[in-house]
Amino acid sequence: MKRFSLVVLVLSLASAFVFFLGGAMLELGPTAIDLRAPVAAHLAESGVTHPVTAVLLNYRGYDTLLEIAVLLLALLAILAVVGRAPASPTRAAHPVLQALARLAVPLMVVVAVYLLWAGAFRPGGAFQAGAVLAAAAVLLHLVGLLPGWSRPRLGLRIGLAAGFALFLAVAAGLLTQGSLLQYPPAAAGVLILLIESGLTVSLALILAGLFLFLSCEAEA
Amino acid sequence: MSTGFIFALTGAILFAAGVAGVVLIGHLLRRILAFNLMGSGAFLVLVGLAQRQDVVDPVPQAMVLTGIVVAVAATALALALVRKLHTLTGQLELPDDVDA
Amino acid sequence: MLEPLFDPLVWLILLPLTWAMLAFVLGPGRGAWLAIAGLATQCWLAFVLAQTVGAGGVANHVVGGWGAPLGIDLAVDGLSAAMLLLTQAVALPLAIYARSYFKSDDPAGTWFWPLMGFLIAGLNALFVSADLFNLYVTLELVGLAAVGLVAAGGGAQQVAAALRYLFATLVGSGAYLLGVALIYGAYGTVSISTLLPLVTNDTPLLVWIAGGLMVSGLMLKTALFPFHFWLPPAHGGAPAPVSALLSALVVKASFYLILRLWLGPLQTVLPAFAWLLAMLGAAAIFWGSWQAIRAVKLKRLIAYSTVAQLGYLFLIFPLLAGHGALEAGVMQIFAHGLAKAGMFAAAGVLIKATGQDTVAGLAGAVERLPVTMFAFGLAGMTLMGLPPSSGFLAKWLIIEAALAQGYWIIAVVVLAGGLMAAVYVLRVLRQAFLLTPASATLTPVPRMLEWSAFVLAAASVLLGLRGVELMQLLGAMA
Repeated sequence: MKRFSLVVLVLSLASAFVFFLGGAMLELGPTAIDLRAPVAAHLAESGVTHPVTAVLLNYRGYDTLLEIAVLLLALLAILAVVGRAPASPTRAAHPVLQALARLAVPLMVVVAVYLLWAGAFRPGGAFQAGAVLAAAAVLLHLVGLLPGWSRPRLGLRIGLAAGFALFLAVAAGLLTQGSLLQYPPAAAGVLILLIESGLTVSLALILAGLFLFLSCEAEA
Repeated sequence: MSTGFIFALTGAILFAAGVAGVVLIGHLLRRILAFNLMGSGAFLVLVGLAQRQDVVDPVPQAMVLTGIVVAVAATALALALVRKLHTLTGQLELPDDVDA
Repeated sequence: MLEPLFDPLVWLILLPLTWAMLAFVLGPGRGAWLAIAGLATQCWLAFVLAQTVGAGGVANHVVGGWGAPLGIDLAVDGLSAAMLLLTQAVALPLAIYARSYFKSDDPAGTWFWPLMGFLIAGLNALFVSADLFNLYVTLELVGLAAVGLVAAGGGAQQVAAALRYLFATLVGSGAYLLGVALIYGAYGTVSISTLLPLVTNDTPLLVWIAGGLMVSGLMLKTALFPFHFWLPPAHGGAPAPVSALLSALVVKASFYLILRLWLGPLQTVLPAFAWLLAMLGAAAIFWGSWQAIRAVKLKRLIAYSTVAQLGYLFLIFPLLAGHGALEAGVMQIFAHGLAKAGMFAAAGVLIKATGQDTVAGLAGAVERLPVTMFAFGLAGMTLMGLPPSSGFLAKWLIIEAALAQGYWIIAVVVLAGGLMAAVYVLRVLRQAFLLTPASATLTPVPRMLEWSAFVLAAASVLLGLRGVELMQLLGAMA
């Protein structure tokens, strides 16, 4: 009975909330500030031609820096939680699956590289490319071609941190000639591509690690 | 009602459903799913409300990209904790807090 | 203004991010000295920044050169400078403490240093940010780092506590994010400085809902009654240096945000809830103190004490209209931060040395561990509000502000809370003064542990003698 009344209370609160929020949304007037104009106006000196990429890596690049920190932190926390898990032997899947995976993965790598490069002028960029590469790694693991990861060794640790380190270095380096992350318009495009490439590698490793470091525990 | 508004309203419903789920549901994996629902609801509101006059605004889209990555990080950590709890206790629900 | 390369504001964020990353690359269990060196530098930077702000008013950094509302602004006024000072001042002794606390094969200490680095970086980034969405990212950075620290290397109880904490903190940030989404929808910007002139007296209902969502989410993260359920298991179950960091700093970060919104963009909306927050604060004081009085385990007692002491912070909201309430709140943040860190550090030493984690197991602690019990006593002095500690100064300022505006009920609550704090602190001290039972064993603990706990606790008392400088710094609020 107590549980039932709790459910009824929460659901009625939720419905009332949605009702009021919906009503409040409908009675909104136009906004005072429209950011599309300044985004478009400065697009030429931002180093990329796609407005979303410009916002993500230039105008609000500091958010992206902290967001990479969050991802790396999540991986760290997972390592701290999982602890000293032994490396599990890989379970090989059906040979046809393995052959399919072997065919798919090089294609995925090509798609990832394209996504990275296309991010400058179309939807795409480091996150999308890193996610595709990570998916390729998880696919290889699921068919038994890539073993799960236990404690990361030095090489893997460097790879995981390299993208973030590069981003930090560029951000700090830019302090010498302006404020944090203030790209000089001439070099902006190159710097952004450099940062994105480093990020792609690290993101692929971090995202793959989010899965692969966990997978040891199950088979232990 | 423009498309943006429909997205925003849907987002509000998803958000409320997600929060209700996290609060009411006991099974940990379903709670994580409810949290993701809540996050997706907030993202929908962010993009939908800003584009309610049928204009395309890149700033909230970039903010949602950041938000998705943060949600993925949080979900991964939650899953790792649930995995560890299951390994240690065999349960997939939070034990009652033994007050001492 | 300082040349951008040597801007302490920026380096307070970049430096911890750098040493956290390097500590990770160095490997499991490494990074202690890097962290201590980094934190020492950060202490100095925070001090320099506080001096600049105290003299000049506000320090700014326009990230990317774009300027709000297109870009993200970082701004430090008196309040932010004070929070930055507290963060570095508490983190440095705790880092020295943690270096001796974690034995080399302790699973909880394996990735402590990079996790702590990200936590401090997130806190610093939070205190300087002037952009609502950026604040969301920093909130997540702090929250996930805190959860990772709580769960690290723990057994079932610790992992369950961490999961409870994680769900609470994620719902909190989710509510905050929805609030930010609504504000962006209403005004088209998330920059605090741009929003200030836009939010006038006739705010639409949507902004009221946004304000309610953001404050509720932040209340959940600050563990204000009745959203405190996650705090006692998490702070009570984590290793001592982690509990200290969480109680002293992490819960204050979300409170700082509520203050920032209250005094800034949502100033037309939030003050309507002042008395609701004050009542919840009073409930927190009474309920938390009662549970602390009843607690069996030492660290649970201290965790419940945190719930109670956080209630004092919420009592100041009805008083913010008048003079002196903000100073009182910040003094309470400092007093509690230093004292609670010292108390958890002392508890860690006691538990390690006696091998027992209950209050009853402390019998004879005074003769066996005098420095640690003295530290515990000093910290307890601050929590009780005895002169000349900073806790006394904080409570005095709250009572003064309350009586000046005629709200004597708040003064009564503060005094009652002090009495209840005395009950649970003296309960521990009485147990410690008993004779050592014959069967008790004592494991030797490194001297550094006892002395770092002592430094924190002594600082909380000595701050009461130098409170004037802190008040002057706060006078430089924009």
